[in-house]
Amino acid sequence: MSAAPERVHMTLKVNGEDQPVSFAPYKTLLEVLREDLNLTGTKHGCELGECGACAVLVDGEPLLACLELAVECEGRGIETVEGLANGAELHPLQAAFADLGGAQCGYCTPGILMTAKALLEKEPHPSRERIREAISGNLCRCTGYQQIYESIEEAAQRMREGA
Amino acid sequence: MNAPEKPRHKQRFDTIGKPRRRVDGRSKVTGQTRFADDIVLPRMLHCKLLRSPHPHAVIESIDAAKARAHPGVHLVLTGRDFPITFGILPVSQDEYPLAPERVRYVGDPLAAVIAKDEQTATEALDLIEVRYRPLATIASSEEALATPEPRIHDYGEQGNIHRLQAFEFGDVEQALAESEHVFEDLFFYEGNTHLPIEQHAAVAQVDGEGKLTLWSSTQVPHYIHRALARALRLPAAHVRVIACQNGGGFGGKCDLHNHEIVVSKAALLLGRPVKICLTREEVFYMHRGRHPVLMKMRTGVTKDGKLTGMHLQTLLDGGGYGSYGTASTFYTGALQTVTYELPRYKFDACRTFTNKPPCGPKRGHGTPQPRFGQEVQLDKIAEKLGIDPAELRLKQIAKPDSLTANWLKIGSIGLEECIRQVVARSGWKDKHGKLGAGRGVGIACGSYLCGAGLPIYWNKMPQSGVQLLIDRSGQVTAFCGSTEIGQGSDDVLAAIVAEVLGIDAFDVRVVTGDTGLTPVDLGSYSSRVTVMSGNAAIQAAERARALIVEGAAEQLGVLPERVALARGRAFLAEDPSRGMSFAEAVVFAEAKFGTLGTVGSYSPPRSPARFKGGGVGPSPAYSYSACVIEVEVDPATGWITVHKVWIAHDIGQAINPVLARGQVEGSVYMALGEALMEEQVFRRLPPKLSGALVHKIPSMLEYKSLTSLDMPEVDTILVEDPDPNCPFGAKEVGQGPLLPVMPAVANAIWDAVGVRIDELPITPDKVLRALEKKAKGEVARVGPEHFPAVPYPEPMIVLPPWEGGDGNELKTAHGKLARKARAAA
Repeated sequence: MSAAPERVHMTLKVNGEDQPVSFAPYKTLLEVLREDLNLTGTKHGCELGECGACAVLVDGEPLLACLELAVECEGRGIETVEGLANGAELHPLQAAFADLGGAQCGYCTPGILMTAKALLEKEPHPSRERIREAISGNLCRCTGYQQIYESIEEAAQRMREGA
Repeated sequence: MNAPEKPRHKQRFDTIGKPRRRVDGRSKVTGQTRFADDIVLPRMLHCKLLRSPHPHAVIESIDAAKARAHPGVHLVLTGRDFPITFGILPVSQDEYPLAPERVRYVGDPLAAVIAKDEQTATEALDLIEVRYRPLATIASSEEALATPEPRIHDYGEQGNIHRLQAFEFGDVEQALAESEHVFEDLFFYEGNTHLPIEQHAAVAQVDGEGKLTLWSSTQVPHYIHRALARALRLPAAHVRVIACQNGGGFGGKCDLHNHEIVVSKAALLLGRPVKICLTREEVFYMHRGRHPVLMKMRTGVTKDGKLTGMHLQTLLDGGGYGSYGTASTFYTGALQTVTYELPRYKFDACRTFTNKPPCGPKRGHGTPQPRFGQEVQLDKIAEKLGIDPAELRLKQIAKPDSLTANWLKIGSIGLEECIRQVVARSGWKDKHGKLGAGRGVGIACGSYLCGAGLPIYWNKMPQSGVQLLIDRSGQVTAFCGSTEIGQGSDDVLAAIVAEVLGIDAFDVRVVTGDTGLTPVDLGSYSSRVTVMSGNAAIQAAERARALIVEGAAEQLGVLPERVALARGRAFLAEDPSRGMSFAEAVVFAEAKFGTLGTVGSYSPPRSPARFKGGGVGPSPAYSYSACVIEVEVDPATGWITVHKVWIAHDIGQAINPVLARGQVEGSVYMALGEALMEEQVFRRLPPKLSGALVHKIPSMLEYKSLTSLDMPEVDTILVEDPDPNCPFGAKEVGQGPLLPVMPAVANAIWDAVGVRIDELPITPDKVLRALEKKAKGEVARVGPEHFPAVPYPEPMIVLPPWEGGDGNELKTAHGKLARKARAAA
């Protein structure tokens, strides 16, 4: 490879805020979020699109940030775990995961939270089967998934009651 | 002080046993938990390692000139920068941070580039020119036994045998000769890996005073501290190791790893922070996971199915280095006596070196393999004798407060209740043998350590220490070297301190896993943390409580015995209206005694085993589990669907039931992976492509693990039979529940389709092969067919407690060791 390529400058819209940022054009969205915007809440487990740890929402859809070039995200709405809480108030998904054992080591958690958020926005009352399908691209090695399902179901209920 | 001060037994707990949000839960769901790769420091550089493409080769030369000249490269290190060996066990100092002369597995690191960013470092790796001279490669234990030369290491027993061990607790041959039945089985348990979602990462920094700090994803900061100081020839007082919260460990972050030493050295040389984060492929090659183990198990039983004696032989494929392998070898036999009454026991073990990534500890460390064998064999015994498999187990559960044949001291045993629970909840009696073709249930049990009795290096100091700082604001901070890997050790520490001091767990600040700040705890391995740090925490908190109560009592004008601490207050036990806030009581105590701080320590009780090798297996307590699994097997494809898992775990006392349940279900999940799909396997490339032995599937996509769609429903039952050696009676829960799952799957498959799969993982192709054999009228079994000749030594002879033994190796009438006398004869 030749010497360091040029950097590109653009504004990314992350968690509702415009973030001017410059980075090497080969960088993935994951790398730009973590390394250039210091948003380290988004994790990585493989950087090959296999584990789901880096899932973020782009225009409301779950997307593996390790497979997306950041240059392709200009003008799109990016949501990460850092934007999930409303100020000091946890999102119902966050509260339920913390209360019900949905997070053990917490490493796959941001990706699963974002995936679950996209699910609940489309389907406020998902069945257990739909939840299993929705998070089947997010590997968790700690929980055995059961407390994750329960957390999502609890959050769905809290959101319906709060709505 | 060694023994914990006896905890006061309350009628009711305020915190212990109550489902709660874990004290670190909010950080985890907001993305604020800081893992090692989340650390970014000013002027930080990045490191990448050059790893061997050969499984076994001599390094003839390394030319790094072009890499050094590459723009953005700050440093290139090779083996010559690291003259001394290291290894996690004192007996296996067989690794170099970077291999100087020889590489022993594909992935063995031999050079490092430190550059301005990862991209530049990766580019420079390609510029390093290495000339290798390939050596013959050993791919399996059997090859290692048959190929004494070339030796992979110049230490060990002989040839490519790393360790040999043999013990006999009573005359097993006699026991088998006198038994109505003798069952002989061969089992094989394939290796598999931890696969934590977090890849290992480390950051090293030299502070303003020239001292080294290493942040790392490690489960054992104290051991890393010691070993790193030795590897770098630095005074340990100038090295600080901080265990970041681990994004899953499962045993894979228990070694001192090459990359931790390399970034530390680079930071010292450059005076700048240096970070490394391994790729997923590198994590597969670094491994240290489950040993592949071949087992031969001969077991005598009476006509009603009671065990009379067992001779277990194990053969471990250790990979290219020692790692924890010596301990793993012991563990393939040490705990075989803890679940059921076993009057006599003989155990031979052998660990070989092969040219594959080193094996080490994974959840259950050495125990799942023989547990699988025994529980499947018990199913065969039950079948042959026409006894219900659950009843067969119930009639011979080990006795509480007893000694085993190999001198392990058992405390509480909740196994009977565990079996009864899973039998009742699963509807076992209506299902076993009755579900019809293609569907079946299986049962199995297990038991596990609550902490290894001995540390990995010999010393007489405590194995866990807790220090409490009680600030005049009422803030309580607990310092402990324990390490949070997701299992909830921070929550356990906070909950125990809170319970004793009568405050809320969220009001206890915890500082853990930092060798610069926290008293030593040996780390998160061997399921030791709740018991050991918990007992130390009780001692520290009881001492703090005494001071605070005395301060409050003086103010209230009563005797300290009459003051209670609960719900954030100090008050008169018989008149709660007379009292004060916890913080006010702290102020009176500080005025009376000065600055408030206490410490607590814990060392496990001394084992009655006195023989050499008897140090592996003893534990303050043992946990027990029982499991029933229902499966469906498609006879056309061999496909196995697990419908449901019922598991009961004797935890003694749950500290936080939410987390305890999570540990059980996580164990079931990982165990189902081992039972059905996970395998760390290798293949030889064709000769024209170097003939190297490479990992078949070093990616998360191809290394199959259960997704949410594969995971069945789990019915978890926590059985609480408090153990007197444990804090508030709480035993371990992180590893034990894994053990019964694999054999329960195998036994359920037998019940479903009448084939025995005596090796793991049980994949559809093996089931189909067994079904084909069955259809042809052959033995409907797939598993190992022969056990190679292994030069096991004459066993050390130790009489069981009930045969007049005293825990020492037996001496003959002439004072000679019986083993030597037998060898001479």
